[in-house]
Amino acid sequence: MAKSPVQFRLNGSDRATFVDPGDNLLVTLRRGLNEFGPKYGCGQGACGVCTVLIDGEPHLSCLTLAVACEGRHVETVSGMADGPNLHPLQNAFMDNFAAQCGFCTPGMLMAARALLERNPNPTREEVIEGIAGNICRCTGYEPIITAILAAAGNRGQRQA
Amino acid sequence: MALQVRVATTMAEAAGILGSDQRTRLLSGGTLVMRDINEGRFLDGTLLRLTDPAYHQINASGARVELGAGATMAMVLANRDLAFLHPVARAIGGPAIRQMATIGGNLFAATPYGDFAVALLALDAQVMVQSGYGSARAVAIEEFLNARERGASGLVTSVQFAKPQNAADFRFRKVSRVKPKGVSVMSIAVHLPNSASRIGQARVAYGAMAPAPVRARGVERALEGKPLDAAAIQAAKAAALEGTRPVTDAIASDWYRREVAPVHLGRLLAGEGR
Repeated sequence: MAKSPVQFRLNGSDRATFVDPGDNLLVTLRRGLNEFGPKYGCGQGACGVCTVLIDGEPHLSCLTLAVACEGRHVETVSGMADGPNLHPLQNAFMDNFAAQCGFCTPGMLMAARALLERNPNPTREEVIEGIAGNICRCTGYEPIITAILAAAGNRGQRQA
Repeated sequence: MALQVRVATTMAEAAGILGSDQRTRLLSGGTLVMRDINEGRFLDGTLLRLTDPAYHQINASGARVELGAGATMAMVLANRDLAFLHPVARAIGGPAIRQMATIGGNLFAATPYGDFAVALLALDAQVMVQSGYGSARAVAIEEFLNARERGASGLVTSVQFAKPQNAADFRFRKVSRVKPKGVSVMSIAVHLPNSASRIGQARVAYGAMAPAPVRARGVERALEGKPLDAAAIQAAKAAALEGTRPVTDAIASDWYRREVAPVHLGRLLAGEGR
């Protein structure tokens, strides 16, 4: 089967690889580029663990055709920290015990980041709506919601 | 043989390719086709990408709305002229799905999915279908949805409908067991234009109450020419199940769907919360 080249920016760096015609972005990231942040969950778009940002908007990488990402900017959980300094959302997740098994966390963080980029001061209802496409089977969601609200609050204090 | 990817730059080119090869599938938002690839149901054929900007356009500033088939739910939500459709678009998936899922794709989503198509059915939409390199023809959405079950083909280029004169005339409700996002037990869309406080040309549509979105003609007859009062709502509830063929799936049994349909229809018509 003929492979096709694909090139895009991944967490700020230009990356290129070869993909099979039907490969999705998740497979390309994990197998082709050793980017293991996004997880494989359902492959149906139901669980959200593979959530990444493409040109700043949340997408499910398992349902995104890899070659369609040519020239676009893909961001994963691995790009959130700035060197040793975690992103405020990551700190808030730790402070509020928002991760238990951790499998949903990469997708939750990207969904939360997309929400806060668009809406820096969300209400609790808006947070719930923002992570509505992401399933967590451990926490009961409350610590995650609390963490996102806390990160939004901290962000506001920093800006002030 | 395996999958190959082709790119069409115009809708005419895409329609031509789709018409000449039965094993070609259009990749619109990806939420249906990529799932089939991931689960091994579509591994042999052609995946067609369409880059024509017109495929993604929304024209909603006038009395007639045109939604490009490639327009996403997020694009609907970003359009102030489509505020009456925001509850429908918001009911579909989470934020990531809404960035991807398209109007055209929703017309092909198997029950119990396809909530946006339910709304379009209540709005008497016309589906613009292009076959081959000719011009697109308008197909009534009810006819389109029935033909879908028979495997009819062609490129859906857009959907068109008249904007409700009064946004309050259009109502939508998705009933699901998981909050805030769950798959539909059923969905209901109603468009009740009225003149001198009497309903004229009522349109009521259900999702997940038949193999494809379906009109509730008994309800429409019960409401026609009447004010939307308690008596009319009672008559509508009594006719709620006419023409329905709900199925049993992982979300709900056919019995449960029959039990709750009149209740939720009554609440929607009365303007009540859940």
